[in-house]
Amino acid sequence: MPGLGDAATATTVESPADQGVERAGPGIARVGQIGAVLLSVAAALAVWELVSRTGLIAERDLPSMSSSFRELWSLVQTTSFWGAFAQTVRGWALGLAVAIALAVPIGILLGSSDFAARALRVPIEFLRPIPSAALIPLLFLTLGTTLRSEVFLAAFGAFWPLLVQTMYGVRDVDPLAIDTARSFGVGRFERLYRIKLPSAVPYIATGVRISSAVSLILAFTAELFMGIPGLGQKVNFAQAYGLNDQLYAYALATGFLGVAIHLVSSAAERRALRWHPSQRTATA
Amino acid sequence: MAPVPADRHRVSSRATNRLKIAAEIAVPLAILGGWQLWTVHAHSQFFPRLSTILVTFRKMWLFSQFGEHVVPSLERIGLGFGIAVLAGVLLGIPLGLSRWGYLLAMPHIEYWRAIPPPALLPISVVLLHSIGNTQKISFIAFFCLFPVLLNTIDGVRSIDPTLVDTARSYGVRGLARIRRIVLPAALPQIAAGMRNSLSLAVIMMVLSEYFSSTSGVGYVLLISKNTFQLAPMWAAILLIGLLGYVLNVLFILAERRVLAWHRGWRAATA
Repeated sequence: MPGLGDAATATTVESPADQGVERAGPGIARVGQIGAVLLSVAAALAVWELVSRTGLIAERDLPSMSSSFRELWSLVQTTSFWGAFAQTVRGWALGLAVAIALAVPIGILLGSSDFAARALRVPIEFLRPIPSAALIPLLFLTLGTTLRSEVFLAAFGAFWPLLVQTMYGVRDVDPLAIDTARSFGVGRFERLYRIKLPSAVPYIATGVRISSAVSLILAFTAELFMGIPGLGQKVNFAQAYGLNDQLYAYALATGFLGVAIHLVSSAAERRALRWHPSQRTATA
Repeated sequence: MAPVPADRHRVSSRATNRLKIAAEIAVPLAILGGWQLWTVHAHSQFFPRLSTILVTFRKMWLFSQFGEHVVPSLERIGLGFGIAVLAGVLLGIPLGLSRWGYLLAMPHIEYWRAIPPPALLPISVVLLHSIGNTQKISFIAFFCLFPVLLNTIDGVRSIDPTLVDTARSYGVRGLARIRRIVLPAALPQIAAGMRNSLSLAVIMMVLSEYFSSTSGVGYVLLISKNTFQLAPMWAAILLIGLLGYVLNVLFILAERRVLAWHRGWRAATA
């Protein structure tokens, strides 16, 4: 089925222009919006408290909101919490770094050489949809419960979205710009460096944002399933010992880490795209 | 891809084209051959021969354990994915149409979307008192919800205003407006979300079965790891890879059929 694979990758590519940035109006409207958001969060927390307190779900299964946050508060005063937190962040960062170091150069190569792209199309199309989770037992047996396993898993998962984004970014370059450069005698390397790369940067930035979320998920997964030290291992222990307060507290903390990483990578993406039309706001 | 300059390269371009097709076929074969050769020479207990894996694959999955383990996994993927799509579209349309609904829902969606899914695996077991289908399907459905939900919201919000105004001036209102204007206009993006959800469903299936279960492909993966049966473990990895690939291909084929009108319309207006 020729072309099917191409379509498969084409539709997953997030064009940087998809990022519709909400700009709220100034003044009162903005305050009202923030108030509504805060109110909505407060309401959800209150519902959680009520569901547990009234016994709609037994407190043994769902500790109340207040006791979960109290548990989290006492956890954040321990060094063991911050140790696990730092280990998860380290796994995320190393996994993402390895993925960037491999996916960007390979993506540039495959994006600029039609021959290389065709030669590797089938292996890539086959490897890309493989759920990285399937590799956990293999890593467990070969690399063991080490940081290397965690980084490998995180990097493997984060590699594919970034590779595809980079490839399409390099291909999406304006042919007119390339032809113009060529007719001015700009060499192959300089064309890559001065034209193809800058025009691919928005795609790469979007790819890094997607990959950063994937890297965190897989770093945590490795810790939970293989017992590598970190937040995932803490969650595993809490469940094994039936410490439900701790289980919920660690899950909350993991969620906050996820939100923090999402905010950081979105901000980094916007920064990399400052000059791009999708980020311009109307000045009317 | 730079456009090939005319006539000077015409003769050589046909030759390069043949070379490219040859490479497209030869490289995957070379990789498989290399794998087989390497495993024959390495004698590693962790990397059985490719041929051994393939034989085990045929013995296990075609079809002696198919009903026992593959069918439950497929059932969980299907139900979890189906529930997620239904819920995502039903929630996403009102949230996309209402500015305040969107504002109020967004912090919750952002939090649950950012949390690494496995963090909720133990919680789902504790909350539902189950390691059976209820827990698996709820877990899969919960995390597959977000791509569909977010894409539905986005698709509804970015409907062409002219379309909305035209419909209004023709008096199309209420459910008819949603069914005939909003849903079709958002459908291409909903489909994109569904495709992400489907590949997510496979991952969630493996994770939840690997974490705690008594059947399924993820369970086979876990048991064969625990008992050091490397060939069955590799056969399970291969099956999961194939499953991800095949579901993706099937979805694209279905999407092409269903959204054929959209492609035609886009081609006409482009």
